[in-house]
Amino acid sequence: MAVRAVVRRSFYQDSMVLMSVAARLRGQPGVREAAALMGTPANHALLAAAGLASPEVKGAAPGDLVLVVDAESEAAAAAALEAAGAMLEERSRASGVLRRPRTLEAALAARPDANLAVISVPGAYAALEARTALRGGLHVFLFSDNVSLADEVELKRLAAARGLLCMGPDCGTAYLGGIGLGFANVVPRGRIGCVAASGTGLQAVVSQLAALGEGISHGIGVGGRDLSAEVGGTMTTLALAALARDPRTEAIVVISKPPSAAALPALESAIRATGKPVVVCCLGAASSGAPGTWVSTLDDAADAAAALLRGVSWSPRAFSDPDSVRARLAALGPARGTIRGLYTGGTLAHEARLLLEPLLGATGHRILDLGADEFTVGRPHPMLDPDARAAQVREAARDRDVGVVLLDVVLGRGTHPNPAGVVARAVRDARETAARAGRGLLAVASVVGTDADPQGRRHQVEELRAAGVEVLPSNAQAARFVALALRPELALALLGPR
Amino acid sequence: MTLDAGLDQPLRVVNVGLELFAEQIEAQGAAVDRVDWRPPAGGPDIASLLARLED
Repeated sequence: MAVRAVVRRSFYQDSMVLMSVAARLRGQPGVREAAALMGTPANHALLAAAGLASPEVKGAAPGDLVLVVDAESEAAAAAALEAAGAMLEERSRASGVLRRPRTLEAALAARPDANLAVISVPGAYAALEARTALRGGLHVFLFSDNVSLADEVELKRLAAARGLLCMGPDCGTAYLGGIGLGFANVVPRGRIGCVAASGTGLQAVVSQLAALGEGISHGIGVGGRDLSAEVGGTMTTLALAALARDPRTEAIVVISKPPSAAALPALESAIRATGKPVVVCCLGAASSGAPGTWVSTLDDAADAAAALLRGVSWSPRAFSDPDSVRARLAALGPARGTIRGLYTGGTLAHEARLLLEPLLGATGHRILDLGADEFTVGRPHPMLDPDARAAQVREAARDRDVGVVLLDVVLGRGTHPNPAGVVARAVRDARETAARAGRGLLAVASVVGTDADPQGRRHQVEELRAAGVEVLPSNAQAARFVALALRPELALALLGPR
Repeated sequence: MTLDAGLDQPLRVVNVGLELFAEQIEAQGAAVDRVDWRPPAGGPDIASLLARLED
């Protein structure tokens, strides 16, 4: 066995590149394990914990690239490191990195007509870049998470004072003028404008609208904390005013967690001031007489907005096809055990929790948001790198209490090319593990996306079904399906009389 | 371009960070310039302090 490391000074690479370099290293002959990471304090701690903190690695700075391999022989380790080095050299040459500006200031000086900065650097540096962009007069799409609340408040105040959008921090998705930013589904342009404090919430609503034959004018992301007491809805109110003035926008959907008491009055007066029909989906909040049409699921948000525009009546429904749900449940028989929800979309996880708790109580069920800050420090978001979630699916099968895994599969530009394929392999393994232990494991999922997405919704659904996954038309319906599988006596309440 | 100009102005993007976001915006027909970003020397605290001193 040989552990070898090399450090390349001043050779910053983003987390996606690091992921592919690590994969290349692991694919080399005789390599057992490998890592490719920047020399940040968090990564030094990881390397030390793994027993890989060799003297040459210890001096690496955050801008230095560290490659480590654990191989069967010295020769295999050296050959693998050489192959990874060649890959990085080739990448630098091919992408023209050497000719690019090294700072945002330099880029803005060379391109004075730039009007939007898309920022996805590590959170500790993101506020600095966003401030530079806003001062330069650019709207900002701030994908980075792990940005402090104090920085967020300051950035949004700066943006609002200059009439600029600061979409984020932690903004996964937005659409401006028909261009999708971040994780964006391929949807038609149309007459519905969205303001979203949730990336996956926005993805779910625009995908559902597309399925209903409606398109969107713009989808303005604001980051998950915009309606907190501290931020006070600064960007939500600015975005609502912009959509009110926008001639394409005929109706508006607001997607968020419940607003804080401090932000609610500003939200209400901004909704009133639009003069357009507004659907409000603040997951977990009731309307209490506020203006707008308040709904309780993402499904309902899309359905209500389409109905409002068409002038038809609308009422919430538990399932779009109750008969097929009844038939599937009868074929499966009742499920046992607890639920392990393994989500890549935070809002989808939150929605599932809100639906399941009143139906099942909180006894042992766990719904995890694997895109939360605590899971993503130093590694890509699970929509980019689905392996961490796949490992959790396999792990859940080893827990004798778990009888159901509940999953989301989120498609769109910018996300993994085949998330359903990764989930399907993990579910097959997990079900085998459970079967060997004499247990059943029910896997239930929903797919957020459209047939126009690069992954193709229909194809992804088929791939999941081939692995034995029950696929429902939406996240809310998947959660209710799980509740019914565990407690068949809920059938009358959720499915109506037979 | 402030919001006074409306939301439908053609986008001229500067990308700072993940290359895939730049590629994806270009694929939709918008112009993108890329910054070859790397962490400022001294780490985030020193960089932030320097930026404030410049104000």
